[in-house]
Amino acid sequence: MDRIPILQMGRCLLVTIQVDLQDQTALALQDDLSAKIEATGATGVLIDISALEIVDSFIGRMLASISGIARVLDATTVVVGMQPAVAITLVELGLSLDGVRTALNVERGMRLLTESQPESDLDAGR
Amino acid sequence: MTAHNASLLLPLIQADADSILAEWLTEFRSAASDRQAATEARAVLAAFTRGLEAGGGDVDFAAGPWEPLRDALAQLSASRAAQGSSSAETSRFVLALKKPLFQRLQQQIKDPVRLGDTLWWLTSIVDQAAQHTVGTYQSTREEIIRRQQQELLELSTPVVKLWDGVLAVPMIGTLDSARTQLVMEELLQRIVDSASELAIIDITGVPTVDTLVAQHLLKTVTAIRLMGADCIISGIRPQIAQTIVHLGIDLHGIVTKATLADALALALKRTGHVVSRPAGKA
Repeated sequence: MDRIPILQMGRCLLVTIQVDLQDQTALALQDDLSAKIEATGATGVLIDISALEIVDSFIGRMLASISGIARVLDATTVVVGMQPAVAITLVELGLSLDGVRTALNVERGMRLLTESQPESDLDAGR
Repeated sequence: MTAHNASLLLPLIQADADSILAEWLTEFRSAASDRQAATEARAVLAAFTRGLEAGGGDVDFAAGPWEPLRDALAQLSASRAAQGSSSAETSRFVLALKKPLFQRLQQQIKDPVRLGDTLWWLTSIVDQAAQHTVGTYQSTREEIIRRQQQELLELSTPVVKLWDGVLAVPMIGTLDSARTQLVMEELLQRIVDSASELAIIDITGVPTVDTLVAQHLLKTVTAIRLMGADCIISGIRPQIAQTIVHLGIDLHGIVTKATLADALALALKRTGHVVSRPAGKA
């Protein structure tokens, strides 16, 4: 089974989804990501779905729950690069992903994450 | 019997096609230009004759022998539809052929039973021809309407670039599902292509906003937000603002502005632009 790689960049985690997500893959990603956030103490998660062309309600809900899990673990999630067709599908499915932050591309998503990071980090020197 | 009827009618038509045509046109008293009606009538009569020669009867109008007639009628109704004459007028044109043919049959056949039989045979054919004409006419008109609808759709949904990173859609006319869908797709695609962060939907040209329209707008806004851009709705007229509130439509979390100018000012502010006038030019 495919696993989606999770890359660490400073205090952010970078997830790029390059294949069409199977339900199992999405569930595995949810597990891996929560473990990784816990292990690294990341404060930001960036999910790039620009290559994702097909979504169903399950994947939509997965995105929302990943974001919710990250928030509980004190990390901000930004979903970037959603394709128009995917956005329309999600809206038609009634999934507005409230509480998930979005950006047009990785660059802007990164800026959003760095801006929202807490100013006074105890371990800023790490 | 069909063959018998045809063999009776054919010589009659062939003998004086010209006077049949003349009587037909007099009967029709054409409102369209006479020359064109004459040409069309000649073509239809010729095709009718060919159908009789090929052994066409009253029960097989959809079959091979009548193909030339069907084509001629299709051409006739298409040109009538394009000219804008009514469907009643078009079918009357075909039905007017009955009288000259009936008169000739009446003169030819003395036996009333035989005459009734032949007339019934002929009237059945001409009626089917008229029906076919109206059917073709109708579908031609519908084709025209469909094309115009499509053109209207394409005309009425331009996505314009107002500023670097600011797109605008001036919506004109009633918003229905099909149009909203088209606008949404076009706008989202443009947002991706130009990496614009802000989209302004201007509804100055939308005459009424009901719950359905509001729902369409909300969907568009949500989709834009999902893509990672922001959306401002502008051009909300006072009456529409009242309607929105009275209907209890929740535009919570959506930025709305009264005019496109206000929306652009906000967009410029958000993208960090400052508009200033050089000193000395009031």
